[in-house]
Amino acid sequence: MAEINALVIAEHDNAGVRPATLNTITAAKQLGGAVTVLIAGSGSSGAAGAAAAIDGVAKVLHADAEIFAHGLAENVAAQVLALASGYSHFLFAATASGKNISPRVAAKLDVGQISDITKVISPDTFERPIYAGNAIATVQSLDALKVITVRTTGFDPAPATGGSATIEAVQAVGDSGKAQFVGAEIAKNDRPELTSAKIIVSGGRALGSSDKFNEVLTPLADKLGAALGASRAAVDAGYAPNDWQVGQTGKIVAPQLYVAIGISGAIQHLAGMKDSKVIVAINKDEEAPIFSVADYGLVQDLFSAVPELVKSL
Amino acid sequence: MKILVPVKRVVDYNVKVRVKSDGTGVDIANVKMSMNPFDEIAVEEAVRLKEKGAATEVIAVSCGVQQCQETLRTAMAIGADRAILVQCDDELQPLAVAKLLKALVDKEQPGLVILGKQAIDDDCNQTGQMLAALADLPQATFASKVEVADGHASVTREVDGGLETLKVKLPAVVTTDLRLNEPRYVTLPNIMKAKKKQMDVLKPADLGVDVKSHLRTLKVSEPPKRGAGVKVPDVAALVAKLKTEAKVI
Repeated sequence: MAEINALVIAEHDNAGVRPATLNTITAAKQLGGAVTVLIAGSGSSGAAGAAAAIDGVAKVLHADAEIFAHGLAENVAAQVLALASGYSHFLFAATASGKNISPRVAAKLDVGQISDITKVISPDTFERPIYAGNAIATVQSLDALKVITVRTTGFDPAPATGGSATIEAVQAVGDSGKAQFVGAEIAKNDRPELTSAKIIVSGGRALGSSDKFNEVLTPLADKLGAALGASRAAVDAGYAPNDWQVGQTGKIVAPQLYVAIGISGAIQHLAGMKDSKVIVAINKDEEAPIFSVADYGLVQDLFSAVPELVKSL
Repeated sequence: MKILVPVKRVVDYNVKVRVKSDGTGVDIANVKMSMNPFDEIAVEEAVRLKEKGAATEVIAVSCGVQQCQETLRTAMAIGADRAILVQCDDELQPLAVAKLLKALVDKEQPGLVILGKQAIDDDCNQTGQMLAALADLPQATFASKVEVADGHASVTREVDGGLETLKVKLPAVVTTDLRLNEPRYVTLPNIMKAKKKQMDVLKPADLGVDVKSHLRTLKVSEPPKRGAGVKVPDVAALVAKLKTEAKVI
């Protein structure tokens, strides 16, 4: 087999790398060859330095230019393609950003993409969930080059320190000129990121309103240092923002502790959280399907149980 | 401006699929098939753009078996003007579909291609981005709002942590997220009308596209089952379990 040489396209905020990158690097290490990380950013020397310190990273390629400021897929994909020669595997985190960019790279390389891998079996064979996690497919790539997105919950994060990779500045590509960033509304809060949080407090339709959702769940999340999540029903009803949705079409999470409050446990929700280490369900309906996956179930009205829980922590 | 809307025929989202006992795949014999829900949102959005006067024609496309004609009829019942089926009995993977769509983009010259962000069967989330790359078009994926004016599309996208807005030059590729719109119910008169609309049937060879597979599925298995745990009588018992047994708080 040809030499294995992995390029991980880092997700970062210019100052540092995002946690999802650490899980992606673990998947890359399991391929068995060298791991190089690409930081394409703007004013991103902090991120390049952070990438170089990650355990197991041999080299960091650093492309710094204004055109990468907002991670536009057209520009980042062009940068990856410009550097592609010599690499056998291209790995992205299966996040909104990674999923946006990676298929462009695969198509231009004329290879199939292996999406959302949860296990590396060999350098060309991987496991990935299909049908919203209701089945697991083992797939083998028939291409010489592999473009992969990595489901972060399938791999432990690589240690953020211990590495001392060299940082090589590379020539940035030009702007595609076809897409322009206009603005962003990113919620600012001190809570951990949903996909990398150790504890998640998640609410369902039983909360009844946006006000109640916040009033009941925020004190518990504060007490536990948890991220807040929601079921699709709660998001559809407008109780919580779209990007809080945990499930098949939302975020896939696997925290140490997942507290499902007033969530019935539709298949599409379970698909997003059933790999959590410990699941707690609080629901007054003892027949709710969520209890079939919960380690600890409490059949009680959430409006009395949650404040009581906050008090006893 | 024409809008091209690729749609995929998939197992209905209400069906709980079963893995075949021989591990070769999931059992889709005799299960209900429907349009991929994200593609339905794409058709609705295209039809709304036409109703607003931003587009003149909506063309639905599907790549797959003959029965995809039913999916295309549904798209035309929502309001697509005509349909193209690229008929192929072999498994079509996202790269192959993207190549077929690229050939149709060259032929039809749409100002916009709108399609679902992912199909709910293979969960790949690739085709739109691949098409954009092959056709050298800008992309705006995971859209929750689309506005078309002056040769550009302003698209609000669902990203990790919130929303972002991009302005892309047309022609462009947009993929839909869950909350872009709520597709209308199709009415009987519109279903009848859709039966009379034009449907062209092509073969991949007519478009000069090689649809070979790039991935081989070796095995399909059941996911590991998670057993139910215990019910606790009250909050105090729950806290005790979490502290001493699970040791997570």
